[in-house]
Amino acid sequence: MHPFIETQKEWLRTKIPPFRAGDTLRVSVRVREGDKERLQAFEGVCIARRGSGVSATFTVRKISNGVGVERIFPVHSPLLADIVVVRRGRVRRAKLYYLRHLTGKATRIREKKLRVSVPVTETPPA
Amino acid sequence: MIGLIGRKLGMTQIFNEQGQQVPVTVVEAKPNPVVAVLTQPSGASMVELGFGVSRVRRKSKKGERANPRGHRATKALVGHAARAGLSEPPRTLRSFRLDEMKAPPALALGDTVDVSIFAVGERVKVTGTSKGRGFQGVVKRYGIGGGPNTHGNTKHRKPGSVGAGTDPSRVIKGKRMPGHAGAARHTQINLRVEKVDAEKHLLYLRGAIAGPTNGLVMVRKQG
Repeated sequence: MHPFIETQKEWLRTKIPPFRAGDTLRVSVRVREGDKERLQAFEGVCIARRGSGVSATFTVRKISNGVGVERIFPVHSPLLADIVVVRRGRVRRAKLYYLRHLTGKATRIREKKLRVSVPVTETPPA
Repeated sequence: MIGLIGRKLGMTQIFNEQGQQVPVTVVEAKPNPVVAVLTQPSGASMVELGFGVSRVRRKSKKGERANPRGHRATKALVGHAARAGLSEPPRTLRSFRLDEMKAPPALALGDTVDVSIFAVGERVKVTGTSKGRGFQGVVKRYGIGGGPNTHGNTKHRKPGSVGAGTDPSRVIKGKRMPGHAGAARHTQINLRVEKVDAEKHLLYLRGAIAGPTNGLVMVRKQG
């Protein structure tokens, strides 16, 4: 039996930072204008990840000029130059569609405190 | 039209040079041996290709289960394959007409046909057997709209009128009625070849093709 996933391998991106719903992301999108190419950043909260393999997508929501804007990106799209996790959010569900009904202060997401091991610094004897 | 016998592996999507997502069906077509080159009395010439390997009847050894179970190649098929130089008879044989082609490829017994006959950007037609749906009503089988669900209506998923009355006093032949749906040969035309993987014998065809995963399909060039 031919492992079907093998047929997708060629299109899978390898450098994808681990992120999940609730994280604030900055996505750099390649935009073609005529024969010039530039990067356009889209920064907002990731409200959903779905799909598997090469078909996986994620949704980023931001408030632009008072209007809610959502963009759905394919995770493995070659048009994405970069995905940067700006802030990790502490959320309790995988899909944050409830944010669509909230405005202002209510849309805040608590930051996830990561356990960081502090290197032991030896204080020199006085 | 020259073509190939293959197996549908399933659907996925790929990204093209513009970065757009393209829905594709992946077809695995291992090299097909030429089993026969035929010329019909009508002048039609065709080439018979084989696919897969068939089990063969053999003498059972002591302490062994008699013969391989299930479908086994007949002696006639074994001989037919042996004439083409095949030690194992193919599971499936399909003929492809060559006389409609402008430049038919010169194929002889012992040759194989593989995915490299197709080029990226070419249009192909794919024949498969659609998934069986069993006995279905007209709404699912033919896409007839059916009636409204409410406002006192009682004809919900019925076909409506099946024809005029006293004249012709019968239902015209071919009237679409409930019955067995699916499990029929279906050819999808104009599918773009998005990628040819000659190493893994894979074809990536844009769009959907008939049949289940692992279903047998014929991919043919388009005229």
